[in-house]
Amino acid sequence: MDTGKIEIASLSCAFGSRQVLHDITLTLAGRCVTAIIGPSGSGKSTLLRCLNRMTDLVPDARVSGKIILDGTDILRREQDVVQLRQKVGMVFQKPNPFPRSVYDNVAYGPRIRGLRRRRELDRVVEEALRGAALWEEVRDRLHAPALSLSGGQQQRLCIARCLAVRPQVLLMDEPCSALDPAATAKIEDLITGLRRELTVVLVTHNLQQAARVSDHTVFLLDGELVEAGETATIFTRARDPRTDAYVTGRFG
Amino acid sequence: MNRENMPRRALNAAQQELYEGLLALAGQAEKMLHSAVEALKARDLDMAQAVIAADDAVDRNTLAVEEAAETLIARYQPVASDLRRIVTAMRIARDLERIADLGVNIARVTLDMGTEPLLKPLIDIPRMAVLAQEMVRDSLTSLIEERAEKAQEVHRRDDEIDALYMQIFRELLSFMIEDPRTIRRAIPLLFVARHLERVGDHATNIAEAVVYLLTGQRLTKQDPKR
Repeated sequence: MDTGKIEIASLSCAFGSRQVLHDITLTLAGRCVTAIIGPSGSGKSTLLRCLNRMTDLVPDARVSGKIILDGTDILRREQDVVQLRQKVGMVFQKPNPFPRSVYDNVAYGPRIRGLRRRRELDRVVEEALRGAALWEEVRDRLHAPALSLSGGQQQRLCIARCLAVRPQVLLMDEPCSALDPAATAKIEDLITGLRRELTVVLVTHNLQQAARVSDHTVFLLDGELVEAGETATIFTRARDPRTDAYVTGRFG
Repeated sequence: MNRENMPRRALNAAQQELYEGLLALAGQAEKMLHSAVEALKARDLDMAQAVIAADDAVDRNTLAVEEAAETLIARYQPVASDLRRIVTAMRIARDLERIADLGVNIARVTLDMGTEPLLKPLIDIPRMAVLAQEMVRDSLTSLIEERAEKAQEVHRRDDEIDALYMQIFRELLSFMIEDPRTIRRAIPLLFVARHLERVGDHATNIAEAVVYLLTGQRLTKQDPKR
């Protein structure tokens, strides 16, 4: 059951009168990295945000269709959104740690879920920080302010914060766009390792990054799904000429 | 940085897989060439038939190596020694595929000759076959052991096999001039010699590719006999 597979059926999304996603049907394989690529305004981030109902926060957003995770439609009205976001974590473009200590950032989620025992909490924090490949760098300053870390470390801290509540899916919206190449390499390193544990959905403008780290690639254009397939196929012999034109840098 | 990051490790693993595919292909091509020569010597038509049947698998595996190389380039944008390694694998796959084809050609000659008596006992052709097979084996060994000097040695031996070919050519030519009725039986043998000489050329190409891979230097032939 716990495969982390996401089945998207006839997903459409509009903000007011503006239709952003048109009838997307797509399966995201579990325990794989799927990259969503496409030019600005193609609906990549919106698609990502539908996956943990971040679109609920937009007042005039209308979402229709189905998104099946773990056998249930997460778009249905009765879905507990807090519970959903525990299962489907998200990391944003700019690292957004809470203005608290490194430890408290990671312990935040487990504490909200009622975990109080110190020893247990320590173990969860260490595990999450190790999972985010940050432990060795922060083990001696767990009580330093999170904002004193470097940008790349802050981003890994945000990943650790997600991991602490054991999500099945991790959504990443341009997680490296604010980072330098060395920090980017570490995050990419982490992404490829994380796929053993969970499903990663990565929105990126960086085509080389998509090619390097993802197993599957989804190409969106003007809110429509143009092509989805194995990354190796998309980057060597895409079926749709628009995909080829995009990955070869002819537009976008 | 002492620690290789994951994309680097992924590239290494993919390259290793590419070379495993290439070496499997090499094994098939060597075996086909060997069987083709044995079938000719023993006039074994079944064996010749089996060589021809094996060609499809070689073609498929050649394509698999090329596609794997293409994927590596598309996904990792390799440069320098990584890029040379991948491009070299593609070139060598082509040469191996051609060597296997030449094995098929030799097997076809064996089938065409059927059980008809030979024009003369096979002496120089088996010698040439041994040399051609050694060149193929040594070129591949130089690749596996990463020994540029061994590859250079193969490159030099191409002159030997070419000389042997010219000797066979002249000998068969004199048979044919003396008695035109021998032409029908001399031509197939001449073809076999020609195919073996071409095997030597492909082994030389592999050796050149290995030298390029290991040193970045291009070997050029003084006297291209093409």
